[in-house]
Amino acid sequence: MSTLPRAHELGLAGCRVCGLVCRDVPRRDAACPRCGSSLHQGETHSVARSWALLIAAFILYIPANVLPIMRTASLGEVDDNTILGGVAELWRNGSQGVAFIVFTASIVVPTTKFLVLGMLLVSSQRSSSWARSQRALLFRVIEFIGYWSMLDVFVVALLAALVQFGVFGLVEPLRGVMYFAFTVVLTMLASMSFDPRLIWDAKQADG
Amino acid sequence: MAEAQEPLRTDDLPEPVVTQRRGKAALIWLVPALAALVGLVLVVGHWLQVGPTITISFLSADGLAAGKTPVKYKSVVIGKVTGIVLSRDHGHVLVKVALDKTAEGFATADARYWVVRPRIGLGGVSGVDTLFSGAFIGADVGRSKVTKDEFDGLETPPAVLHDAPGKSFTLHSQDLGSLDIGSPVYYRRIPVGQVASYQLDPDGNGVTLRIFVSGPNDKFVTRSTRFWNASGVDVSLGAAGLKINSQSLATVLAGGVAFEDPPGPHDARPAPGNARFTLFADEATALAPPDGPPRYIRMRFDQPLRGLEVGAPVEFLGIDIGKVVSLNLEYDAKERRFRLEVGAVIYALRLGHAYRELADAAIAGKEHAGAASVLGVLVERGLRAQARVGNLITGQIYIALDFVPNAPQVSFDVAAKPLEIPTAPGSLDKLQEQLADVMGKLRKIPFDRIGTNLDRALAELDQTLKQVNGKSLPQLNGALEQLNGKTLPQLNSAMEQLNGKTLPQFNSTLERAQRTLRGADRALSADSPLQQNLAATLEQLRRTARSLRALTDYIGAHPEALIRGRQPDQAPPQQGTRP
Repeated sequence: MSTLPRAHELGLAGCRVCGLVCRDVPRRDAACPRCGSSLHQGETHSVARSWALLIAAFILYIPANVLPIMRTASLGEVDDNTILGGVAELWRNGSQGVAFIVFTASIVVPTTKFLVLGMLLVSSQRSSSWARSQRALLFRVIEFIGYWSMLDVFVVALLAALVQFGVFGLVEPLRGVMYFAFTVVLTMLASMSFDPRLIWDAKQADG
Repeated sequence: MAEAQEPLRTDDLPEPVVTQRRGKAALIWLVPALAALVGLVLVVGHWLQVGPTITISFLSADGLAAGKTPVKYKSVVIGKVTGIVLSRDHGHVLVKVALDKTAEGFATADARYWVVRPRIGLGGVSGVDTLFSGAFIGADVGRSKVTKDEFDGLETPPAVLHDAPGKSFTLHSQDLGSLDIGSPVYYRRIPVGQVASYQLDPDGNGVTLRIFVSGPNDKFVTRSTRFWNASGVDVSLGAAGLKINSQSLATVLAGGVAFEDPPGPHDARPAPGNARFTLFADEATALAPPDGPPRYIRMRFDQPLRGLEVGAPVEFLGIDIGKVVSLNLEYDAKERRFRLEVGAVIYALRLGHAYRELADAAIAGKEHAGAASVLGVLVERGLRAQARVGNLITGQIYIALDFVPNAPQVSFDVAAKPLEIPTAPGSLDKLQEQLADVMGKLRKIPFDRIGTNLDRALAELDQTLKQVNGKSLPQLNGALEQLNGKTLPQLNSAMEQLNGKTLPQFNSTLERAQRTLRGADRALSADSPLQQNLAATLEQLRRTARSLRALTDYIGAHPEALIRGRQPDQAPPQQGTRP
């Protein structure tokens, strides 16, 4: 795989915005002379930033799950729901399909993101050459599904805006949903911070 | 391999611009640090919020739900039910409650918990909001400093909360009546408090109620206040007509307690909290002067007392001073007779001033005072218990303590318990005695002797009559025969004489008289000559009278005629030929 030469090995750098090829400078803060965008954006502290954001996201994911995200009140009966509690209630009430969607969006996707991103970061730090193309595919997958994690936040936001019938029905967002939204945003930032080129930065020994 | 493809035209390539705007990479670690800080704040905040966890036992978990049911004090949520489990013996439900940190005062020894559910009672409707919101656990903060984490939940909400202004009082009553927890307490018909709790006395002889009179009306409960059970309707038929009296419609159904100060001078200082009072059965009893302690007395009656019942009044000179509480038949083996033992309680203080004066007299006379010695003095003066008929129709009997004149002296044991009052035959017995007396007197009449005397008298009468028959009657016969034989014929001949001579003479005399009368009749008839002559004579007399009048008229007009005689008549004057 590493038989083909890479741009920086040839002393070249390509601007990812305007496509200008320029001389590679070993400085991290080099910018494209034509459009001014950073030449080494992805690589600049990529791993550290990803780690930082991922850890922050993980910390916030705990209160997002422990604290209730939504309060539904109907005829005086007040019910506070956490994410898992809501899923369980949906499942019990017969909406298994919806429960599955919510569970996937709120639990499976963030968890997958944590695991995959963490695995990618660890493997990149080790400059492992193990299953590079699969890892690249995984990265593309988590970037794609990352937005869907916001589903829960949208559900709560929509319900809170629409269901305002006073005594008969009321939906209020609670603190948990805020932490959940932060988690999703941070995981997305973390995956954005990760430079997939690092997957290919194998140790010289490989060659 | 990289060296092999050395680019030749690198000089043509543009140089990248280098800017110095990049910050330090380590700053990115602020993000997870911030997240960690937020998490820490949450954990610490949660830890600070978590108060004590308590367990409350209820009879039923009806309406309670783990994780949902709140615990409220003054409608502020102070905790939440976290779990509901059955007790080990399955008799109770143990409800675990996580109290807030701020509600630590609710985990103390005298805090109380109850389930607020919708309740509809006679006193009103409560907890309507829980119809929609579901039941919640109500809490009442305690004053104790001793912490506690296991509580027995109340089944009904307490009537009075700990921090309510006012005072609690203890009432003692014979029975509960229709009172219940929450029954109102009235002062001048204004509800000022509630019955907080009640319980049977340990000895089972009464009921102790705790009432709460809320401030500022608690100051009206004075040291001499009287409480009475205002339940139901008081119907009285008096001289003023039918009177129906009740505190309010609610008390008719739900019962209530009323209080008032007695009339007249009394101790008007406000009563201290937890003061003890007696709960009287009705207003009249409550406001009556105090009875003082009851004193048990015993009386033994020799005669049957049909109509005497437990509860019959005991009267002293017409004043009700007590009542009969027991009736027992006892057998006196020595005298071999049955006796009725009547037990009664009397309230010496009902005698009023008399009691005090008697007591003073008794103290002056003897060493020990009290009702016993007072009674002793009275018994000495002839006080006796009598069974008297109170109602002739129903035959009800009451016990009268009265002074019986000439009562035989009896010994009175002042120290005996209970005091025994000697008895005297009552009015009924007196009547019986008098009847017996009459009967005895009747029995003393010698009816047999009277009978023989009467018999003898009758025999004498018979003899007398026989004598009359034998002697007197023949004589009477002789006399009558004499009368027949002599006197009557003489009488006959006299009558015959009278018929033969005197009557014909009388007849002829009558005939002559008749003739004379007929002659007179004829002479007086209309066509008789006498009558006609009389008529003619009268006619002549009339004419005479007329001529006489003409004469007098003429003489009146011409008095000279008496001398000159009558003048010839003048010619009548001619009219119109006057000279």
